[in-house]
Amino acid sequence: MYLIGIDIGSTSTKVAVFNKNDQKFTELFLRPTGFSGVKIADEIYEILKEKNYFPSFITATGYGRVSVKYANFTTTEILCHALGANFLFPKDCTVIDVGGQDTKAIKIVANRPEDFIMNDKCSAGTGKFIEVMANRLGIDINELYTTAKKNLNIKLSSTCTVFAESEIISLMANGVDKTQIAYGIIDSSAQKVASLTKRLENEIYFLSGGLSRVSLFKNLLANHLQREVFTDENAIFCGAMGASLIGLKKEKS
Amino acid sequence: MRMDFDKLKKRNSFELQNLKAEGKPIVGTFCTYSPKELIYAVGGVAVSLCANDESSINIAHKELPRNLCPLIKASYGYAVSKKCPYMNASDIIVGETTCDGKKKMYELLANHKPVYVLELPNMTNKRSLALWKDELISFKEFLQEKFKAKITQENLLEAVKIHNEERELMCELMELNKAIPSPIKGSELHEILFASEFIYDKKEKIKTLKAFIEATKQNLEAKISDKKRIIITGCPSGGVYEKIIKQIENLGADVVAFENCVGTKNYRNLVEEEGNLIENIAKRYLEIPCSVMYKNDKRAQIIKEFIKEYSADGVIDIVLSGCHTYAIETNKIREASKEAGANYMSLETDYSRQDSGQIRTRLEAFIELL
Ligand code: SF4
Ligand code: SF4
Repeated sequence: MYLIGIDIGSTSTKVAVFNKNDQKFTELFLRPTGFSGVKIADEIYEILKEKNYFPSFITATGYGRVSVKYANFTTTEILCHALGANFLFPKDCTVIDVGGQDTKAIKIVANRPEDFIMNDKCSAGTGKFIEVMANRLGIDINELYTTAKKNLNIKLSSTCTVFAESEIISLMANGVDKTQIAYGIIDSSAQKVASLTKRLENEIYFLSGGLSRVSLFKNLLANHLQREVFTDENAIFCGAMGASLIGLKKEKS
Repeated sequence: MRMDFDKLKKRNSFELQNLKAEGKPIVGTFCTYSPKELIYAVGGVAVSLCANDESSINIAHKELPRNLCPLIKASYGYAVSKKCPYMNASDIIVGETTCDGKKKMYELLANHKPVYVLELPNMTNKRSLALWKDELISFKEFLQEKFKAKITQENLLEAVKIHNEERELMCELMELNKAIPSPIKGSELHEILFASEFIYDKKEKIKTLKAFIEATKQNLEAKISDKKRIIITGCPSGGVYEKIIKQIENLGADVVAFENCVGTKNYRNLVEEEGNLIENIAKRYLEIPCSVMYKNDKRAQIIKEFIKEYSADGVIDIVLSGCHTYAIETNKIREASKEAGANYMSLETDYSRQDSGQIRTRLEAFIELL
């Protein structure tokens, strides 16, 4: 029996497979979400079948969770991220997840999610902000992360995606190096994320989601929070892992 | 039973035209601070003008800033576009100096309608009470003059009594939901509270309320329910009913109480019937636990009591975008909720449907964590 968590985010879809017999995660994998949640859900189904992960209990989460027609249960990404993060990092902390569309922070007390906040309608401080800026620079988002070079004189003052874009245009027009603008972009996101999560201030933080793999972002975030930020190599799978673990409880009932 | 209120509401929008034809003074109000007893005593009918949908907001943007509370913009939009039958029927509109947005909106509104603004103090101390009492006396004189009718000790006392009776019944009705499971669905209660504002014949309203309360009591069932129980507080909830109240129910939780102007703010506290009536009225209204008041500590206290009395698991604090006073009070209410053992979430939103998805996710996560 497998407990499978599927987390359909706006950029990538994460899958976690938990083997109930040996109580371990057997496999974690991800695929780009593409344009259609339904299509990726079908694709995942085929993969699961091929790998012989049935019988299983499937829990879907993420903003595309409704597309997973074959799911046994669906739940919000907030709860999943909390449980997944607590599995990887079992300490009291505030979990920060910077998603493609929304950024959330969840406070964990005694292994339980106690409170959470999400960004409002605005895209500042979400993955979308960085994506739009990378496009504007004409580089790939990974390149943005790897080439970023510190220049403290280059700062993006607007947190608004639209205004920041025009700031970048004028920086480029003034001949500022792309790598330095890239740094400014990451720093400005980290600052916005830190201020968003201010209300759930804590002693330590755990960064989950895609940006957990970008050490520059993690370090800048720690700077702005003035606290230590932890993560895990599998933190991008937090949502999916949390979903699997919820299956552990739900499957019985 | 529930149909009665709906039907009454429909019928009463026609009724309003009849009342007008009969020459009854119609007084438009925007706030629970409007002293309804005085309007009643002069033979008038108070109608609520708070708009609760976004259709007229764009018209208001011609004159009002975008980042203003949607309630103010929508209400103003209705006044300017002349689309609201209640607004059109009003002979005068009474306003109070509550929040800055409303205060300044009344200035503009005066270009379209006769507006009378009462100076509501920002504090609740002795001097504030004296000022507020003075304001009520002037308002009383204004009403007598304007509508050529006398407010006597007798008809004022009658007005006080009938409003007290109405308040008691409304409180009794709302408090039925202390039972587990709560007998009246939150969405239904909201509709009743809302519709009841549009029943002008107080005697008829009292009769309907009594019957409804009786019927509900008869049907109380002792069932086990593990549904999570939620208290709504904050800004008026009329404009976000679908997005929040209905949605909470769709997600399987119960809304058990409304600590806002649709609910308890409007009905708790009675006017003392002995002594100087105007002063008693002034006192009653200054008790309203609204965030526009300096040191509005009562609200946190009430939230704590409600959490216990209604066995609530969670508190959802509605903040309309642009409402500073309620936004700032969120911290206080968060602390009060935690102290009383309930989870808390504030939700900032407006009248548009744009953020329905996000609101849903937030509500869902909130309920999951209860
Ligand atoms: S919230 Fe305060 S200002 Fe607004 S309608 Fe209610 S009592 Fe009046
Ligand atoms: S909700 Fe807030 S800003 Fe809007 S009218 Fe009421 S007190 Fe004023």
